[in-house]
Amino acid sequence: MKMVKTTLAVLTTAAVLGVSSFAQAGATLDAVKKKGFVQCGISDGLPGFSYADAKGNYKGIDVDVCRAVAAAVFGDASKVKFSPLTAKERFTALQSGEVDVLSRNTTWTSSRDSAMGLNFAGVTYYDGQGFLVNKKLGVSSAKELDGATVCIQAGTTTELNLADYFRANGLKYTPITYDTSDESAKSLESSRCDVLTSDQSQLYAQRIKLAAPDDYVVLPEVISKEPLGPAVRQGDEEWFDIVRWSLFAMLNAEELGIDSKNVEEQAKTTKNPDVARLLGAEGEYGKDLKLPKDWAVQIVKQVGNYGEIFERNVGGGSELKIERGLNALWNKGGLQYAPPVR
Amino acid sequence: MQTSVNAPRPRGSVWTDPQIRAWLFQIIAVIAVVSLGWFLFQNTQYNLEKRGIISGFGFLQNSAGFGISQHLIDYNESNSYGRVFVIGLLNTLLVSVIGIVMATILGFLVGIARLSPNWLLSKLATIYIEIFRNIPPLLQIFFWYFAIMLPLPGPRQSVSLGDLFFISNRGLNMPSPDPTGAFWPFAIALVLTIVGIVLMRRWAMARFEATGKTFPILITALAMLVVIPGLTVLIAGNPFAWSVPELKGFNFRGGWVVIPELMALVLALTIYTAAFIAENVRSGIQAVSHGQTEAARSLGLRPGKALRLVIIPQAMRVIIPPLTSQYLNLAKNSSLAAGIGYPDMVSLFAGTVLNQTGQAIETIAITMSVYLAISISISILMNWYNKRIALIER
Amino acid sequence: MTTHTFKPDLPPPTMSVGVLGWLRANLFSNWFNTLLTLLAIYLIWLIVPPLLKWAFIEADWTGTTRADCTSDGACWVFIKQRFSQFMYGFYPAELRWRVDMAAWLAVIGAAPLFIRQMPRKAVYGLGFLVVYPLVAFWLLHGGFLGLEDVPTSRWGGLMLTLVIASVGIAGALPLGILLALGRRSNMPAIRVISVTFIEFWRGVPLITVLFMSSVMLPLFLPEGLSFDKLMRALIGVILFQSAYIAEVVRGGLQAIPKGQYEAAAAMGLGYWRMMGLVILPQALKLVIPGIVNTFIALFKDTSLVIIIGLFDLLNSIKQATTDPAWLGMATEGYVFAALVFWIFCFGMSRYSQHLERKLDTGHKR
Repeated sequence: MKMVKTTLAVLTTAAVLGVSSFAQAGATLDAVKKKGFVQCGISDGLPGFSYADAKGNYKGIDVDVCRAVAAAVFGDASKVKFSPLTAKERFTALQSGEVDVLSRNTTWTSSRDSAMGLNFAGVTYYDGQGFLVNKKLGVSSAKELDGATVCIQAGTTTELNLADYFRANGLKYTPITYDTSDESAKSLESSRCDVLTSDQSQLYAQRIKLAAPDDYVVLPEVISKEPLGPAVRQGDEEWFDIVRWSLFAMLNAEELGIDSKNVEEQAKTTKNPDVARLLGAEGEYGKDLKLPKDWAVQIVKQVGNYGEIFERNVGGGSELKIERGLNALWNKGGLQYAPPVR
Repeated sequence: MQTSVNAPRPRGSVWTDPQIRAWLFQIIAVIAVVSLGWFLFQNTQYNLEKRGIISGFGFLQNSAGFGISQHLIDYNESNSYGRVFVIGLLNTLLVSVIGIVMATILGFLVGIARLSPNWLLSKLATIYIEIFRNIPPLLQIFFWYFAIMLPLPGPRQSVSLGDLFFISNRGLNMPSPDPTGAFWPFAIALVLTIVGIVLMRRWAMARFEATGKTFPILITALAMLVVIPGLTVLIAGNPFAWSVPELKGFNFRGGWVVIPELMALVLALTIYTAAFIAENVRSGIQAVSHGQTEAARSLGLRPGKALRLVIIPQAMRVIIPPLTSQYLNLAKNSSLAAGIGYPDMVSLFAGTVLNQTGQAIETIAITMSVYLAISISISILMNWYNKRIALIER
Repeated sequence: MTTHTFKPDLPPPTMSVGVLGWLRANLFSNWFNTLLTLLAIYLIWLIVPPLLKWAFIEADWTGTTRADCTSDGACWVFIKQRFSQFMYGFYPAELRWRVDMAAWLAVIGAAPLFIRQMPRKAVYGLGFLVVYPLVAFWLLHGGFLGLEDVPTSRWGGLMLTLVIASVGIAGALPLGILLALGRRSNMPAIRVISVTFIEFWRGVPLITVLFMSSVMLPLFLPEGLSFDKLMRALIGVILFQSAYIAEVVRGGLQAIPKGQYEAAAAMGLGYWRMMGLVILPQALKLVIPGIVNTFIALFKDTSLVIIIGLFDLLNSIKQATTDPAWLGMATEGYVFAALVFWIFCFGMSRYSQHLERKLDTGHKR
């Protein structure tokens, strides 16, 4: 009899849970506001993009994008929690609702945008796939890699690009597919594979992790387009806009010469209508996004403009020392371009 | 005074009748399980639809577009995900089968060594068992791969055996026989010879039973094996062209290669599982009464023969059930391949394919069903074997 | 009259007593044994001296950075420097006393259970099992009753390994007992449900279970209902482990003589009281060694949470070996991990063997 009661109790609980949670269903923004933080999926360790320091604090471009979203929503960039995800689990984690934003050096592709149920909010970093080899091999171009063994990370677009590139050039190769970049780096060092392929930004990051970085070179060929950016679930335009415009705000800020030091002063004293609109001194553009009036001010003040983020995480201010290149603003010869606020 | 034993028991109410209660209870349990399943299914459907995820198994026909380091069947990048699945499955089976065979051999040796009268040997066996069964298999795989395989010399400095076999951190390269035009006559002759040997043996046994005359089965069989296929080689030419590995460019070309990932995985799983099997073997042998050993010895059997003919056959009945679960564990532990980049079922299909297609539910469901099927097959096989040896008991 | 006096015993031949005799009997009794002995000695000579040389004689023990490791042997400095990270993960340093306290409470609380004469052991044991998890949760997680909140994402190292293993086994035990009873039930529907459940979880690898529970569970649940990542991993572990526990308990149930069931039924006990008062207490006592063995297996399996990005002992070590400041310390790291796992597993397996011997006496049929 007791068993019967328990079973009934379980059933009713399940039913109640089902009902109540369907009632809860709503926009991501409401859910985020209710729990008080943004849950953000990042990489499990990639210098420059997202990694934990010895104290467990996360740093990197991808991490800063999430912090910017938190700054826009809550006015507090620290109201974000990070879930380190492997390449394998990232999409499922976003699809299943485990994370609100996936900011994990993820390449924007058509199938991910459509069949996987994701929406890419923009491009944080224009990347391309390259090769890292030991100087000893005497290779100066990827075209000389016929018959090579290639180390690669599982479940990435690099895996596909690699196959395409070798097929297109009539070259043969043997892939060794690892779960994490650390394993592939170790494998390259012990010459289990001749060459490591990945996005170029990652190759530089990998190289500084090697015991003798100077023994390795990055080959000149870039074999693919890898626009990396934050992704959200399909079907919630409101949240999608927030993430997208958090990114654009940082780009616009750089273009307009606003940085984390002068932003508050600019917000008060500016005569430039573009700046005034971005920083909420003019118009109700924050409200349209369902964000506070000073959303962009908070982003730039607490996280920085795009240039600052780049500089501190992957540029001259970091160990990676990557040039701006494609990631310079459009008016400085790069590709980074944000639509205006108006 | 007379009481009928069969008189129906007094009934309080329907609720106290155990039979009705049993029925009721079962019906509730079934309803609970079904509705839980329905509840989960509904949620999944709703969630998938809401997020615009396309579900179904259609993706299996799509072209995969990535390379695989070890494939037992032909494969190129334009093949489908379905074929990738088959490759992953074959790779998993390969590791499991080699691992099971090697772990059984090593396990029996160590188990017997543990009971050896040789003090040093039995202590060594004990130390082996206690060390390796108490360290997680994943750690052992890492150890064999990162600490033993990868530090081997590179392909250009490889250790060669007679310029036929090469050992390097690219694996073990060896010559492979490639069938030529003369292969089919040879293969057919071989099969016919084997059939002939079986028939010959049967005839010889029947004759022995009937007349008591013995026939040199072994020598005749060997002679047949050499002569008949040998004739086809003489007539039709060499059935195989040996392809010898050669260092060209970055890698060895030609021949077969056993990749280091496979070696590390097999080594680790073998050594780990053998420690458990050794313990099973030891307790199985100890379960056979000591009188059996003494009886065998008094019949004049030497220790080795007594072990092989008397003790082990009886011990097998005790050993088989735990051995089965060790085999199952080994098959399941082969999924740890993901840690070192061996393209098994989990890392290839539930990893790469899942991530390229985003079909999490489908790929995981397929993977789990395959493992279930493997487990159930091993169980069935071992139960059948167990029954067969149990029949020997008189 | 002559009395017969025995001559004093001759000493046994020198080759059959003492060191020589022992050697002869145990190592060199015949040519085959001699060969085996020589082989074994060769094997030992091959493995042990280089190992000792690497791990002790040429190892570095003192210092603070990689530069202090100058010799050819192991660099234990790395382990020393990162020791607290291996034990606690990213648990805030100033709050680590809470973890220590939880560990000490477990040791002190469980100690009476190992005292033979302790009265009312079962009651105390049950009480401990109910109270301790609450206290431990309060200490580790906090967030109420005045303790600062430490989210599970900061948990790691050996502490996380122990949490997963013990919560896994504690949660799996009740479910496993129910499943075992279900499997032995004479109601066909219940039996089928239990058998299916058990065989399903026993047939699939833990790695797929963890993956499913860590990333797919939210897809199965109503929108908005979600748990912590660790919690989800634990659910997977509990379901997986309960199937194994069920099989162990079933073994115990089968070992109870039929007379016990009949006697209990004859006394008019219903099913639950018969099980709860008569059968299970006897059966569970029988299967304690089996449960300890399952716990060992689970303890080793926790290393798989690396796959879903939780930082258990192994993953913390792996992470630390990729630190640019400590490159090339992978071997030391793995050896340390192996040692920690080995100490725990070996200790527990010894304990389970001891229990097996102790419990063996009463119930041999």
